[in-house]
Amino acid sequence: MATLIKERRIVADSWHLLERGPKGELPEVPARGDVVVPLALWLERRDGLLSRAEKGTLGVWLDANDGPEALAADVRSFPLIAVNFPKFGDGRGYSIARLLRERYGFKGELRAIGDVLHDHLFFMYQCGFDAFALREDQDPQEALSAFNTFSDGYQTSVLRPVPLFRRRLAAGKS
Amino acid sequence: MYRYDEIDQKLVDERVVQFRDQTKRFLAGKLSEDEFRALRLRNGLYIQRYAPMLRIAIPYGLLSTKQLRKLAQITDKYDRGYGHFSTRQNLQLNWPKLERVPDILAELATVQMHAIQTSGNSFRNITTDHFAGVAQDEIVDSFVWCEIIRQWSTFHPEFSYLPRKFKFAVNGAKSDRAAVAVHDIGLHAVKDEKGEVGFRVLVGGGLGRTPAIGFVIRDFLPWRHLLTYIEAILRVYNRYGRRDNIHKARIKILVKERGPEKFREEVDAEWAHLKDGAATLVPEEIARIEGRFTRPNYLRLPATDARFEAALATDRAFANWHKRNVHPHKKAGYAAVTLSLKKTGVPPGDVTVEQMEKIADLADRYSFGELRVSHEQNLIFADVQLSDLHLLWQDVRALGFATPNVGLLTNIICCPGGDFCSLANAKSIPVAEAIQQRFDDLDYLHDIGEIDVNISGCMNACGHHHVGHIGILGVDKSGEEWYQIEIGGNQGEIRPGRGASLGKVIGPSFARAEVPDVIEKLIECYLARRDSEAERFIDVVHRVGAEPFKESVYGNADQRAAHRRGQLASA
Repeated sequence: MATLIKERRIVADSWHLLERGPKGELPEVPARGDVVVPLALWLERRDGLLSRAEKGTLGVWLDANDGPEALAADVRSFPLIAVNFPKFGDGRGYSIARLLRERYGFKGELRAIGDVLHDHLFFMYQCGFDAFALREDQDPQEALSAFNTFSDGYQTSVLRPVPLFRRRLAAGKS
Repeated sequence: MYRYDEIDQKLVDERVVQFRDQTKRFLAGKLSEDEFRALRLRNGLYIQRYAPMLRIAIPYGLLSTKQLRKLAQITDKYDRGYGHFSTRQNLQLNWPKLERVPDILAELATVQMHAIQTSGNSFRNITTDHFAGVAQDEIVDSFVWCEIIRQWSTFHPEFSYLPRKFKFAVNGAKSDRAAVAVHDIGLHAVKDEKGEVGFRVLVGGGLGRTPAIGFVIRDFLPWRHLLTYIEAILRVYNRYGRRDNIHKARIKILVKERGPEKFREEVDAEWAHLKDGAATLVPEEIARIEGRFTRPNYLRLPATDARFEAALATDRAFANWHKRNVHPHKKAGYAAVTLSLKKTGVPPGDVTVEQMEKIADLADRYSFGELRVSHEQNLIFADVQLSDLHLLWQDVRALGFATPNVGLLTNIICCPGGDFCSLANAKSIPVAEAIQQRFDDLDYLHDIGEIDVNISGCMNACGHHHVGHIGILGVDKSGEEWYQIEIGGNQGEIRPGRGASLGKVIGPSFARAEVPDVIEKLIECYLARRDSEAERFIDVVHRVGAEPFKESVYGNADQRAAHRRGQLASA
């Protein structure tokens, strides 16, 4: 099991990620436990699963080519949404995270899964991820330092919705 | 120069710490080769043919003499005594040691410099007109807008892992000297009828193996919306740009696959959510950025200078240099000067440590301690008094930078090529040199007039061959170096009425030794057909078409067909 960092601390993880089978078939959903289901499964069986999501024991995960638009109506039902990074250089998940937070108002746990490396954590955090399932080979203690990489950022982000230029002006700096 | 505030400085310092840690983890075996590659590239560090290559950012090409002296020091201490100014207005060092790169970055940070996002799949150094702020046809000072976009694009949390590299150019004058149509995004400043500043926004241009001219996604984007609109474009690209094939990953391919209209609709739909949000620019921010630029303390001077006029009238060599390498200035009594890094026998763009130091001294003496790097790989002193020109010329000539060839055939844009670069299919520097040697007669050069000759050693097109009036591309044919010739390319609307265009290949490629002959035939063909000296090579190509040029090189259509039959028969 990969190490989980949540809110900048190493924590135990109760969630079980369900993946498609080897032929692409959708997984069975076990009757108990905290499960994260693929988006396609959610879309197919939404009505049957909704109460479980609302009880806080079912989350959904998006792959990099999935659109967060598909969850727009349901986003507040989920305790957890995970976004997969299939390769460390694939940056689509950063946009997905911002859309989930900024456009659709998701307030639950937003978890990065897949190729999640030390050197990604800072930007992922800025984009609204608050949980990180580190790839197994990563050193979690070292990775914690990544959150302090930069003390500020120029742009708007989930973490800093007001861009630096407005904060500079407000502080009267020039 | 834009002067950092404490936050700008802190971010650059923090980058040094970050990269030092990444290098340490790589050397300790905690970061794989592949993963470190992605990280070092966004710090400008390549592993090249013989050694690493470090690309140092010179944001929008603007450099202070303090910075240039630091670059000289670094080049001396960590490299082999010379650097290479690139077509992205950056400086490349070809021999630094990997483990010392963090130290180099730390030294750069002391003079407000860095290597952030100079390569990799990231938002690259922004380029602009090398006459920004001094051009007579200025609409806005593009440096200010470049700096605003530099800040926005630096460490952008959402757009740091784009499908592919992303090149951005800003032009702030009437003439397009920034080649905005061949960038992923190009901005051309315009004013509307009320005098409000905005930008014509072009998307999807680029060179490389699939060259394309950008399309105008917006005719007039009011300046306040600049950042939110760019954000919308980048978000559409980041989400939908192809990631399955590195050769199809640039935004130009997405634009092509979607179609420009559909692409525009998608951007507009995204922008509808972002428009008027917190990233909307305000006049106070523009003023703040403007205020952080140092400005030359110009004297009030008459429009002419008697000593200068006398030197022009009596010193022919000076007059030749003035004709090509001195450019008009918006302030009376001043001129901008190009130091040509295109002397025959010296690789285009290369400068030694001693030369860097001497150039810094001259810029202090003659041009308010600042200089610019042009995308044509020359250096610019932007603010020289007319009364100093004759003295400056003598000093510059002593350094070997007074070749009076700006805009002429020997002012060749050339990538480092197979002598240095591991991507290259063929050498490019010796080709440039052979052409320069062939056309060493200055009177003949002036007679030929303005022409851009661009050379790339491979289809990645770092030498911008697609937009050379004559473009030369090194190709590999079963292990041998061959050269394809294109004509008809144009980097942008420098002269009214002749916009950006891509060159077309004239026919089968040539051995290296044949290239100067071919160029000579093309030039002769042009000279025989131009209707006056004012009609440039590129104008003639567009007026008469490529056929006469092909004929001059390969013979007429019948001769070419016979030749092909002969080749087929012998094959």
